[in-house]
Amino acid sequence: MGVVLFLARRLGYSVVVLLGLSILIFTISRVLPGNPARLALGPYATQDQVASLEHQMGLDKPLPVQYWVYVTGLFRGDFGMSFQTRRNVADDIRHYLPATIELVALSIVWIALFGIPLGSLSAKHKDKWLDNGVRLFSFVGVAIAPFVIALLLQFIGAYLIPIFPATGRLGMMVSAPPRITGLLLIDSLISGDMRAFGDALWHLVLPSFALALGGLGQIARISRASTTDVLEKNYVEAARGFGIPDRRIMSKYALKPSLIPTVTVLGLTFASSIGNAFLIEQVFSWPGLAKYGVRAILRKDFNSVMGVVLVIGVVFFVANFIVDLIIGYLDPRIRLRKEQQGNN
Amino acid sequence: MKRDVLRERFGRNWYRFRRNPISLIGTGMVMLVLLLALFAPFVAPHPESAGRGVDLSSSFLPPSSAHWFGTDEVGRDVLSRVIFGYRISLYLAVVVLVISVPLGVFLGLLAGYLGGWVETLIMRITDVFLSIPALAMALAICAAFTPSIDKAMLAVSCVWWTWYCRLVYGIALSVKNEEFVQASYLLGASRLRILVRDILPNCISPVIVKMSLDMGIVMLFGAGLSFLGLGVQPPKPGLGTMISYGSQYLPEKWWLTVFPSFALFFLILGFNLFGDGLRDALEDS
Repeated sequence: MGVVLFLARRLGYSVVVLLGLSILIFTISRVLPGNPARLALGPYATQDQVASLEHQMGLDKPLPVQYWVYVTGLFRGDFGMSFQTRRNVADDIRHYLPATIELVALSIVWIALFGIPLGSLSAKHKDKWLDNGVRLFSFVGVAIAPFVIALLLQFIGAYLIPIFPATGRLGMMVSAPPRITGLLLIDSLISGDMRAFGDALWHLVLPSFALALGGLGQIARISRASTTDVLEKNYVEAARGFGIPDRRIMSKYALKPSLIPTVTVLGLTFASSIGNAFLIEQVFSWPGLAKYGVRAILRKDFNSVMGVVLVIGVVFFVANFIVDLIIGYLDPRIRLRKEQQGNN
Repeated sequence: MKRDVLRERFGRNWYRFRRNPISLIGTGMVMLVLLLALFAPFVAPHPESAGRGVDLSSSFLPPSSAHWFGTDEVGRDVLSRVIFGYRISLYLAVVVLVISVPLGVFLGLLAGYLGGWVETLIMRITDVFLSIPALAMALAICAAFTPSIDKAMLAVSCVWWTWYCRLVYGIALSVKNEEFVQASYLLGASRLRILVRDILPNCISPVIVKMSLDMGIVMLFGAGLSFLGLGVQPPKPGLGTMISYGSQYLPEKWWLTVFPSFALFFLILGFNLFGDGLRDALEDS
């Protein structure tokens, strides 16, 4: 029961934060830029036209009323109309979000898949060439701008050795699988279209690695530090004294606790990955939410910008929630402490 | 008496910093960039290239002894533009930190020391800002303005203060019940005096460390905004802007992208190494 209570409290808290976020972006979009109706109609519209659109959009009502209309609309899935596509922003987001999710999720998979083992290996071979190599790699990875990594990978993987496509999600000759989730990898698997699956994966390789490289070194460093810490603990020493082989100590006793800081940082990496996706998508012409968002920003399409930011907030919150669950699983102390608090 | 203690501590920290060759390399890189940026009009071989200095007769020249980094589509010297680009990057980072650090420190102190509704209000606002990725938040703020470097700086500052607020809040919270603060209170010190004389000094070293680590990150952030067309605007030589424009001409006119990218890398790496060294020297003293 305690776990449920803990999750409920976490959820309630997040709702408050998301509500705050909606107030914040509402303020940014309504108070700062001047008149959205004027922006939508362009400079040649007459005063009457502007006034009638204002009325139609509810802009002549007081701000708190406008905010109320906006928030209740959100719950009905009405994010307002996008000025550039003339569609409900929610539809636009449904269209563009899966591409970004696919990209970011796969890059997190790479980071975890390569970063964590690299970190354990460096901890095992402390101050040897592998460890130093990883250290150098992490320094370099953090210092290169993500868009430079993207350009570099695109240049190497698509031009110098042209094995990967330079842009887009699917090749011209491949028809997209029927849209179920919007995630091409999953849709093509469900419909059994292995050709589309392969092609989609092939297109994902360069962008997802470009997104992953910066965080990979960092995760390796964190994982190295936490593994080193754990390996110096008394209980590991005791296990060694009992004659338990090193590999078993590593996999059975040291791995789980050493993952806790790593998973926390992985959550932070996820946040910066969503941010960096804005840059990566631009380079690879990836038809995702970030590209849509940047275009909306440049064209002052406020409903779209607000929708994008809010959705990113929700995605980020879901990711943090998952991180909390994983940490609760890895660290029984956190679970149990929450339970105690719940019972009091 | 107090001055002696400070001097001794500085000497010890400087000794620790000096012993680490990597920090010294970082310091060297930072110094080089600072000097280049400071004396840009004198160091740059073609200072007129920083703006609209159009010379169509020498457009798209590959690197040569006259133009080490080549020239761009309107014949501007890329090396000169990179040097002036350093100026813009540094200016951006300094302005952002000058705005966001005092704001964050002030609000963090208030929240941590006063507690109550002040704490709730300030920390919930910080939570809202931290609830979405900083770059996305900065982009949303950018949306409200016509793109320019000043607006980019404003947008980044709006996001950045929250980290300092969190940091200082944590320190203030842990320090405020220490005995020396209570002693001060019993001696009749005002709240303001306790904040400034007792709690603030404990925050200085972590804040400085964070600032030095942030320099590189803020510059990277600014370059990212410029790359998307929301930061430094074209005739001005922002590194991100240059890379974005240069990448249209890849791979034939590679020098337009490669040199600014490398310059950006050098800049960020220098500041990161310097910041890391500073952290190692200051952290547990």
